[in-house]
Amino acid sequence: MSWLLGILALAVLALVAGLILGFAAIRFRVESDPIVEQIDNLLPQTQCGQCGYPGCRPYAEAIANGDEINKCPPGGQATIDKLADLLGREAKPLDAAHGEEDVKKVAVIREDECIGCTKCIQACPVDAILGAARQMHTVIADECTGCDLCVEPCPVDCIDMVAVAVKPERWKWNLDQIPIQDITASSEHSNSEDKQVQTQ
Amino acid sequence: MSFFIASSPHNHQKRTTSRLMQLVLLAMVPGVLAQFYFFGWGIVWQLLIAGFTAVCAESLCLIARERSPLRGLQDYSALVTAALLAVSIPPLAPWWVIVIGTIFAIVVVKHLFGGIGHNIFNPAMAAYVLLLISFPVQMTSWLPPVTLSGESIGWWDSLRLILVQYTSAGYSVDQVRAVATGQLFDAVVMATPLDQIKTDLAQGLTLSESLSKPIFGAFAGHGWLWVNVAYLFGGLMLLQQRIIQWHIPAALLGALAVAAIIGSLAAPDALPGLNIHLFSGGTMLAAFFIATDPVSAATSNRGKLIYAALVGVLIYVIRSFGGYPDAIAFAVLLANLCVPVIDQYTRPTAYGQAGGQR
Amino acid sequence: MIEITATSPLHHFPGGIHPPEQKALANQTPIQRLPLAPMLYIPLRQHSGPAGELCVQVGDHVLKGQALTQPGVDNGLPVHASTSGTIVAIQDHPLNHPSGFSGPTAYLQPDGAEQWIERQPIDDLSRLSHREILMHLQLMGIAGLGGAGFPTARKVAGAQGIDLLIINGVECEPYIVADDRLMREHAAEIVRGSQLLQTITAAKQVVIAVEDNKPEAIAAFETVLAADANVTNTMILRVVPTRYPSGGEKQLIQVLTGLQVPADQLPADIGILVQNVGTAFAVARAIDHGEPLIERVVTITGQALSKPGTAWIPLGTPIDHILSVSGFQPANKQRVIIGGPMMGYTIASLQVPVIKTTNCILAPSAKELAPPEHEMACIRCGACEQVCPASLLPQQLQWLAKAKDYDGLKQHHLADCIECGACAYVCPSEIPLVQYYRQAKAEIREQLIEQQKSEIARQRFEARQARLEREKEERLEKHRKAAEARKAAQAARADSGEEDPVKAALARVKAKKAAQQAAEPASESTDAPADDKKAQVAAAVARAKARKAEREAALAQADDQQKADDDKKAQVAAAVARAKARKAERDAAAQQEKQEDGESS
Repeated sequence: MSWLLGILALAVLALVAGLILGFAAIRFRVESDPIVEQIDNLLPQTQCGQCGYPGCRPYAEAIANGDEINKCPPGGQATIDKLADLLGREAKPLDAAHGEEDVKKVAVIREDECIGCTKCIQACPVDAILGAARQMHTVIADECTGCDLCVEPCPVDCIDMVAVAVKPERWKWNLDQIPIQDITASSEHSNSEDKQVQTQ
Repeated sequence: MSFFIASSPHNHQKRTTSRLMQLVLLAMVPGVLAQFYFFGWGIVWQLLIAGFTAVCAESLCLIARERSPLRGLQDYSALVTAALLAVSIPPLAPWWVIVIGTIFAIVVVKHLFGGIGHNIFNPAMAAYVLLLISFPVQMTSWLPPVTLSGESIGWWDSLRLILVQYTSAGYSVDQVRAVATGQLFDAVVMATPLDQIKTDLAQGLTLSESLSKPIFGAFAGHGWLWVNVAYLFGGLMLLQQRIIQWHIPAALLGALAVAAIIGSLAAPDALPGLNIHLFSGGTMLAAFFIATDPVSAATSNRGKLIYAALVGVLIYVIRSFGGYPDAIAFAVLLANLCVPVIDQYTRPTAYGQAGGQR
Repeated sequence: MIEITATSPLHHFPGGIHPPEQKALANQTPIQRLPLAPMLYIPLRQHSGPAGELCVQVGDHVLKGQALTQPGVDNGLPVHASTSGTIVAIQDHPLNHPSGFSGPTAYLQPDGAEQWIERQPIDDLSRLSHREILMHLQLMGIAGLGGAGFPTARKVAGAQGIDLLIINGVECEPYIVADDRLMREHAAEIVRGSQLLQTITAAKQVVIAVEDNKPEAIAAFETVLAADANVTNTMILRVVPTRYPSGGEKQLIQVLTGLQVPADQLPADIGILVQNVGTAFAVARAIDHGEPLIERVVTITGQALSKPGTAWIPLGTPIDHILSVSGFQPANKQRVIIGGPMMGYTIASLQVPVIKTTNCILAPSAKELAPPEHEMACIRCGACEQVCPASLLPQQLQWLAKAKDYDGLKQHHLADCIECGACAYVCPSEIPLVQYYRQAKAEIREQLIEQQKSEIARQRFEARQARLEREKEERLEKHRKAAEARKAAQAARADSGEEDPVKAALARVKAKKAAQQAAEPASESTDAPADDKKAQVAAAVARAKARKAEREAALAQADDQQKADDDKKAQVAAAVARAKARKAERDAAAQQEKQEDGESS
């Protein structure tokens, strides 16, 4: 008899606890972005396809469905760490099969060589190339994600990926990277290597 | 010849960690001298053994952690830990007591937690607790003050007692203690004044009966009063040199004093008063040298006040109602545990975060 | 409403330090004039905010005070020729910036004539509209001379009808005495500039704040203020106790008013504007004399100099010129600091010019400012927290910065850190705290920029996907409609009994095909005009390929040239490469010929 009572008591307890938990789940529900949105927010949005998916969102969906998190070279280790943190998975090193982490780049069209074929315009995932058929094309540098996708289709090979120059106001205080000059050498006014900037 | 690139500020106060620690060691000198005067050569040997062990343990840890031992030793923090532990244990405790304690403090409490600055517990106090619960006999075998027993043990016999537990004449520590205490108390186990009160109260004596025993002077424990005064003096030196801020000693002593006054008003015959609490145990050492360890204490001024008051109250509670006569180590460790919470809730309001008004 | 009287109590900001002042080194002598440098390097951007647009060319002769840039589309702050001379180059030159980067700079070779451009002083402010006055300040290139060099016109424009204008003569940083000397020698003009600023902003009250370690400057102001009775009604002098960093904008506001500027607001939002005494002086010169900002007082100090002092330095003067006339005796590992010892930065090249924000050049000996020692572990001593003027937890920030916990840093209000360096100054472990904060701030800023960029990229990507989808659907829709229309037409024709156009068309095609097969050789010529374009493109493609091959060949050649022992191999390889390139060219030419053949036939 007593064991029956025990089971009954436990069952009632479980029921009550379940009800409380269920109520709490509805009452105190925290609205959060769906997991795909959260993953997509962490990806760099270069839309480069180096992960093997046609853009960042498809890769986010793939990750949500269990794909590896280390296939994004533009995001690099920082993105992998964040994804690992979000998903509670192990942070792996970047999968070299998909490329390596590189400095930020931007596409530049050598405009006098452009034949106006519009192939790069079709390739650009973020519509950052301006131009029309048989007209010269140019890259809107601010919108370019550096994804590299326009380089391949160009029939005349006139697109360069140029490393983005760091401006003083976006310098990251890497004091150790400042080249140390010799005092004796610096007294000469030599600027021969400096590039001529455009005058108006 | 080349230019030197450096980050601002280019100016520095040049009061380095090593300097701070050296000054702390210096400020301990009066207290150590007082202990030497009242308890003999033991303290000197203990300090030497502890110091040597600490330097070795620190070096080995640093080498194991692939850091430069020379640079690591320069901060003197290991020596401070060793000194604090050495002055806390009975002067004639066997050598392995202090060695085990020091190694535990340096290796486990300090380096296993990440080295200097990362330990959550005060190393000396954690080691003290380890020793106290592991070797209760050795850790409570204090001799009566030399000035009281008249039995002074020479430097050679002290060293022999510590190393091989026998004097050159063949007496053991217990025998020496028996001789020293026998002249006074009919072979009653001799302890610290606080221990004495605890034992007496447990045996049904009243407080005043206990305080009339010779181990107590007119004001506080014989000898211990002067040890405490000496540490108070050293502590005031630290304050004057701005090595420590006033917050921790003031809050600790204040809280202990308030608790003692309330206690002795409530039960004058069962709870010892202010004078005993402040000047008979390790109170001054705790207030100025132990609780002020910056690594394991709270950081903000408000946090320090709360932290130190907690230590003070815990000391009183454990001394009065707990099983141990003195309670510095337990109180400090318990308060160490509370530091993250205290820090979390005593964060100062940053500039401009208070809605534009003060 | 904030109101300050000569007796209203001063307040305290938390923390603060008293580093050795070292001001006597340079403040004993009057402001001098140094010989003109043989070449001035005038960076086109010398202040926070966008640069102006260049309006001179290489070879132009410019007059003293002539604008080299104009506001342009970004409303940048112009820079001016500091003396008359010739623009010999406009090119990248080391910038006066901690990064040591180079940036566009005008090289001005002085002719020594010091010939001024025609100056246009404003006699009567009331004749001009508020907008015109601000434009004048903008065109005169006035920027804040105390701190980051924010364009004064903009700062003033955002602070209209304020309660309190604070003229900051505190100059709390050790060594720097530029403002001190300026106040001693030109108190009247500073007061004049303050009045002008008061008029422009319609500020109800002006307070000139000076630290109590500058008795001469205080006396100078007292004399000027006492002499002018109608000034004293709205303008008072307050002496504040010496404590670093009381000259910080936010700290000075707190000392004078007891108010704190809310974290995400500007002083103007609580009715206060702070301007440096040097700025007030420059405003007075710009309005009363029509002089643009082309020179400033610079403190030249430090024990590595035998002749420290202060001087009027034309903007663009290279540091090495100033140091060499001041008796610079560099030691090994010499530091040359722009600014003071607390917040200044070291420079890697002495070619760096003096710009609008350069208030001090400090060349210390290793003895007076000991070089930083090895960083030790934080012992949580809390000394940094005691001195932080922003009531932050510097040690906590340090842990978080080292752990790259940027969210934690934001929660601990890293953004409110003014980088005054007080924490690092007192740190017994010599942790370069400020450096950690700067790097973390830069990283947070960079992440924010990247986040914004990626958000835009996402939107553009999605917009493009939507567009492609839409176009696809439109195309399908069009096809569907066309098919429907065809069907309808067919049905209509079937009804009317006309000949089926599809069948007719098919018949026509068949007929055409037969005709074509008959006249095969001639077929190409009929398509010639269309092929013309194709041929050109193909030719371009071929040319590009050829060029690529050529480049590769050249590369291979260059590579191989380096290896002297492989000389022969290199030649062979080069020859092969050349042959390949030639072949590619030939191929291309052949193709073209073929095309042309087709055309001609």
